[in-house]
Amino acid sequence: MSTIFLILILLLGFLITFQIAKASEYVGILKGEKKNFEQNNRINGFLMIVFLVLGLIGVYWCNELYKGKILGESASDHGEKIDTMLHITLLITGIVFVITQILLFWFAYKYQYSEKRKPYYFPHNNKLELIWTVIPAIALTVLVGFGLLYWFRITGDAPKDALQVEVTGKQFNWIFRYPGKDNIFGKKFYQNISDKTDNQLGLLWDDPATHDDIVTNTTMYLIVNKPVKLIINSRDVIHDVGLVHFRMKMDAVPGTPTTMWFTPKYTTDEMRKKLNDPEFDYELSCDQMCGKGHFSMKGIVKVVTQSEFILWRAKQQSNYARVMGDKKPATPAQSDSTQMKTAKLNNEAATKLVAEK
Amino acid sequence: MSNEATLHGHAGIDTSHDIGHGEHDVHHHKETFITKYVFSQDHKMICKQFLITGMIWAILGGAMSVLFRLQLGYPDSTFPWLEDILGKWAKGGKIEPEAYYALVTMHGTVLVFFVLTGGLSGTFANFLIPLQIGARDMASPFLNMLSYWFFWLASVVILCSLFLETGPASGGWTSYPPLSALGGASEGSKAGMDFWIIGMALFVVSSLLGGLNYITTILNMRTKGMSMTRLPLTIWALFFTAILGVLSFPVLLSGLILLLFDRHAGTSFYLSDIFIASTNTALPNEGGSAILFQHLFWFLGHPEVYIIILPAMGLVSEVMSVNARKPIFGYMAMIGSLFAIAILAFLVWAHHMFVTGLNPFLGSVFVLLTLLIAVPSAIKVFNWLTTLWKGNIRFTPAMLFAIGFVSLFISGGLTGIWLGNSTLDIHLHDTLFVVAHFHIVMGVSAFFGMFCGIYHWFPKMYGRYLNNTMAYIHFWVTLAGAYLIFWPMHYEGLAGMPRRYLDTSGWHSFNNFIGLNRFISTVAMIVFAVQIMFVFNFFYSIFKGRRVTTQNPWGANTLEWTTPIHAGHGNWPGEIPEVHRWAYDYAKDGREFIQQTEPISASESKH
Repeated sequence: MSTIFLILILLLGFLITFQIAKASEYVGILKGEKKNFEQNNRINGFLMIVFLVLGLIGVYWCNELYKGKILGESASDHGEKIDTMLHITLLITGIVFVITQILLFWFAYKYQYSEKRKPYYFPHNNKLELIWTVIPAIALTVLVGFGLLYWFRITGDAPKDALQVEVTGKQFNWIFRYPGKDNIFGKKFYQNISDKTDNQLGLLWDDPATHDDIVTNTTMYLIVNKPVKLIINSRDVIHDVGLVHFRMKMDAVPGTPTTMWFTPKYTTDEMRKKLNDPEFDYELSCDQMCGKGHFSMKGIVKVVTQSEFILWRAKQQSNYARVMGDKKPATPAQSDSTQMKTAKLNNEAATKLVAEK
Repeated sequence: MSNEATLHGHAGIDTSHDIGHGEHDVHHHKETFITKYVFSQDHKMICKQFLITGMIWAILGGAMSVLFRLQLGYPDSTFPWLEDILGKWAKGGKIEPEAYYALVTMHGTVLVFFVLTGGLSGTFANFLIPLQIGARDMASPFLNMLSYWFFWLASVVILCSLFLETGPASGGWTSYPPLSALGGASEGSKAGMDFWIIGMALFVVSSLLGGLNYITTILNMRTKGMSMTRLPLTIWALFFTAILGVLSFPVLLSGLILLLFDRHAGTSFYLSDIFIASTNTALPNEGGSAILFQHLFWFLGHPEVYIIILPAMGLVSEVMSVNARKPIFGYMAMIGSLFAIAILAFLVWAHHMFVTGLNPFLGSVFVLLTLLIAVPSAIKVFNWLTTLWKGNIRFTPAMLFAIGFVSLFISGGLTGIWLGNSTLDIHLHDTLFVVAHFHIVMGVSAFFGMFCGIYHWFPKMYGRYLNNTMAYIHFWVTLAGAYLIFWPMHYEGLAGMPRRYLDTSGWHSFNNFIGLNRFISTVAMIVFAVQIMFVFNFFYSIFKGRRVTTQNPWGANTLEWTTPIHAGHGNWPGEIPEVHRWAYDYAKDGREFIQQTEPISASESKH
């Protein structure tokens, strides 16, 4: 019922607008074409300046309204660089935006038709044109310079002692793999993948290095203030690992592993306190169209302290153990101090992984 | 081209014209409805065919966006009437995810290719090239006719795909494989994708036939005295557009053919290491590169955005000069910047791929080349501003849209500097910031260019005016609406909200903009309603609009205004006029305007 009502209102609106438009055309003819033109021109000229003023106020107001909602402080060191770049760019483009928009609408208003005005024959001026070729070129050199400086820092090699996590996208969730105590990711082959036998990644059990690999879904654990290198894969279509709070993003391409690294600055708990939001979690979003579940392809990133991480990892059963079940004895409980030592050893062994990949 | 060759070429054309004209007289009464309105070879009729087909597509494409904006703006509501239209795609009055992605994909495809490429270039290249260079018709009117009919066929194929059991293509307008290659990965990648590929292939054929014709016509069929540097900027813009299209569309076609092979012939151009969960099978394909398609796609895809925007720039330059009643500032710089943009268009494609795992060094080269485009763009903007400066501006509807175009081009162009910088792209890639950016700079801007052209040349096309009051409402609502829709969207993007998310309720980080989304959707619907009003104005005015009574209603210099109000096939009843000057002698020596056909007098000042 309300739909029909809405359509009726819409039709009526059209009809009224049309009638007014028609009538104003007749009135225009009665008034004389010239007078009618001048009147319309004045109205539109005035609206130009109205639009400029309201527009600039709107831009300011919109910024006041939403600046608090655009994430706040970056939670990674790379993110800080990106934020700095963002501010430099905002400053330069902001100035250009305001000046050119003001000139545009101001000129339109100021030089609107008047019987007395003689337009100025001004076909070209080499000096002016040179100026506005050179100035943008300089501004852009600055932007390119800063941009590439940060770009190479962000995309440079990960530190040797970085924690390594393999992230694999699939329709429509994420698989995380940790190398386990040997710190080596065991071999895998996609033909071996089988969801039924709990081998999501197609690990090759013949390779002993796979035996301690931990494979989990939904949540990825990272260590605060410790660089992490993500090795990114996809099982089916292209996905994208998007980490908004860390300002990081990298595609997951089937058949072509990609990497990215960063250092988380705050644990999840610290962020919860900082934002005064007990519900807060770092979220991992898929940023590349991947099918009907694209919008719901969510992962959680828990940033924890080193000791919390070791504790968590100790509790995990390896994928191999899960599959083989009774064939393998359960991991004996270890004290925290031993785990710490193992972790350190693991870090030293991390370099081998890169070669492995 | 040498003088001799020009003369020779024109001698040839004149003879052919004489014959043609003679035939025309003989056959005059035999012209049937079919030869006049359907399989017409008159460039003016083909222009109208492109325009009206483009308008139908624009309404369909726009309506699709209204539907998915409903879902975005009102995620918790249900609309039972949606089920009436979409059937199983909107069970219970809520759009299914598959349908949402199909709508988004078709919205993009339709507007980018069928409206802003076919509709915009097809309309104005066909209409203005012969009229403004002083030619009877295109170099090959027959190929020109085929160009439209291939466009029509492409339209039919794409339209049919909307009614498929498994739905139309739904992998985004970019159709990245493996998603688009594997029916098992998405419903839309079944028959819908084949229709999409075939439709696009036909579209490429249409575009090539048209483009080759435009280039040939501009190079060979200019009237006596019309040297390249006397061409109006519209023609220069359409010329570069056609070159871009001819060089880049074949690359897309090759990419699509490889995709077709991967889909049906078992090849592995784009496929490697894939396991399909829905069928629980690992595919045999190994060694392909999914990224290869992106290179091929964006090698067209980036020039494509210039194919869209350059004609708009040309139309705006012309209309702005006519209505500011002074010459376009820096004519040669305008051509130079068009040329620079056309060259750079081919050297920046990988800036769409910064986060695909592209080598960072390669990325840095593309950053540099991408940001270089800002220089010619800035030159154009400053030249437009200077054209307005000290003018005597008439706010005709066309002029309003020209000014609106510049405003939007600035706003959207500046955010291009953000996205072209790979460092910022890491954060902003595939967020709503990108959506806001390209909708402003390429979507709405190009539409403004198109509206500007339609309002300006409608009197030439139909011998009647559009209604001004409706035009003013159309302009102001669309301009304000465009900013209200897309300006706040930048903030959603800065917050990292990914594009192509139909429902953010499952996310803690992205669920802060419910009110804003509702606002954007409401404005989008109002703007859409106003476009319908424009379409109504268009068709109403064809039959009932105020009649044009003078040959040159805008007081413009270019050749099309020397033709009769209702020009027949062949455009000029007698000899084709000779050209003696450039197109922008406005306000020269105290005269309001001097048409291109007027010889330069001895007392005239030089510029």
